[in-house]
Amino acid sequence: MMTDTHEPIIEVENLVVRYGEHTVLDGVTFQVRRGEVFVILGGSGSGKTTLLRNLVGLMRPDSGRILIKGEDFTSMNGDDRIELRKKIGMCFQGSALLNSISVGENVALPLREHTKLEDSTIEIMTKIKLELVGLGGVEDYLPSELSGGMKKRAGIARAMAMDPEIIFYDEPSAGLDPIVGAGIDVLIRKMQETFQLSSVVVTHEMESVKAIADTVCMLQGGRVVGIGSLEELERADHPYIQQFFARRPYDEEAEDSAYARALTGLD
Amino acid sequence: MIAVVGRLGRWALNQLAVGVQVSVLMVDTMSWLVIAPLRGKGFRFRSAVEHFVEFGVRSLPIVGMICFLVGVIIALQSSYTLDKWGANRFIAALVAVSAMREMAPLMTAVLITGRSGSAITAEIGTMKVGEEIDALKVMGLNPIKYLVAPKFAAMVLAVPCVTVIAIFIMILGGLTASVLVVGVDSRVYLDMTLQSLAEKDLVLGLVKSVFFGIAICWVGVYRGLQVEGGAEGVGRQTTSSVVTSIFLIILIDLVFTVLFYFV
Repeated sequence: MMTDTHEPIIEVENLVVRYGEHTVLDGVTFQVRRGEVFVILGGSGSGKTTLLRNLVGLMRPDSGRILIKGEDFTSMNGDDRIELRKKIGMCFQGSALLNSISVGENVALPLREHTKLEDSTIEIMTKIKLELVGLGGVEDYLPSELSGGMKKRAGIARAMAMDPEIIFYDEPSAGLDPIVGAGIDVLIRKMQETFQLSSVVVTHEMESVKAIADTVCMLQGGRVVGIGSLEELERADHPYIQQFFARRPYDEEAEDSAYARALTGLD
Repeated sequence: MIAVVGRLGRWALNQLAVGVQVSVLMVDTMSWLVIAPLRGKGFRFRSAVEHFVEFGVRSLPIVGMICFLVGVIIALQSSYTLDKWGANRFIAALVAVSAMREMAPLMTAVLITGRSGSAITAEIGTMKVGEEIDALKVMGLNPIKYLVAPKFAAMVLAVPCVTVIAIFIMILGGLTASVLVVGVDSRVYLDMTLQSLAEKDLVLGLVKSVFFGIAICWVGVYRGLQVEGGAEGVGRQTTSSVVTSIFLIILIDLVFTVLFYFV
């Protein structure tokens, strides 16, 4: 567990995101400390994917700020943004490897585009990154020839290519069987421990959270309802957190009447 | 009445939004194609060459075959009228002029739309659905630089190049039909063709084909980036890409034909 003396590497201040009339994120505020595994936990529609897309700069918020290493990422433009992006890596839910080039070329891509390294150096670095995630010897395969778990690992290798300081994972164990999923959890932890990498993981899987989280941030309906270590959250008396942790369904009767109200527009 | 005005207004706003998006795409592409390489930010030359081979060289067999057949058709169709006047040797002039001014650029553009315009939309659309475009952005790679600029350069060069070859093949088709079917002497045909070749016609044909290339690539890319919601979206936008491209090609053709009519 990290201590409080570590400075924050990501600071999110009062983030608000709207799609038309609908407010998806409503005043989200939290800090990620350097070197910790920070888990954003939430159910479907809680806004966790939108939050992640804002953190990596694929969306801009309607208001609020995101500071990465003390620099305001939200108001940044052009070259500064690209410079900062070199320091972050992202592992997508579906791995998002470019299908037209080999796995090795995928990992090498950021190095080729952002550095002036020799081809032979890039080749070696690619092999090292793939070894790191347990995928030695697959660099000549096309992404379509890999299994789901291997694609995830290759995605992590690509995110690691530029030796980032922060790595983001979108639903890392989604769609994988429990054994392969647990393997990815171990890998996330290993990356954090080996490189003191700050990791932000978006997930809804409790098993995964238990295995990797230093800090958990619970989202519900676009608001942070709880933040702290897993033990702290387990002790929290917020009804939604308790329900989520106990894996209890919604009260069906209440749900039905809410649904009927939504359909008829009557109270 | 109000509903009609409202719908018209919404339609106009939508079209305006499309216009703005396309303009942004155009400006972005041009800056990554022209300004960025000058500032030393690089241009993916190898990718452009690969795309040129795909759009241009690989389309030659089908473009060649179709244009040969169109040459045969123009020759036989014009003989139908010219024969009555005993003017079959003018088939050569008719084939040469219509190939250069109209048929070769048009057939080439339509075939490349079908082959490569659709492929561009499908490729970019699939990449968008698979979060590959997002992955490029997060890695700090501009999708316009990485994906669009090389395709654009390749397409704008490939269409006129293929058009030149298509013109020759179409004239060859006309020659074959005139000599074998109509019975024109091959030397007369060639003489007549050489006499009727004019720079102005070739320029018109090639200028048009450059704009056809621009239209094919931009429509393909724009439709690809519009893809939402999985495989069905890719299919829908690919169809729409081909239809829009062919519509624009005809429109551009009309504009240039009218312009050159008065020149």
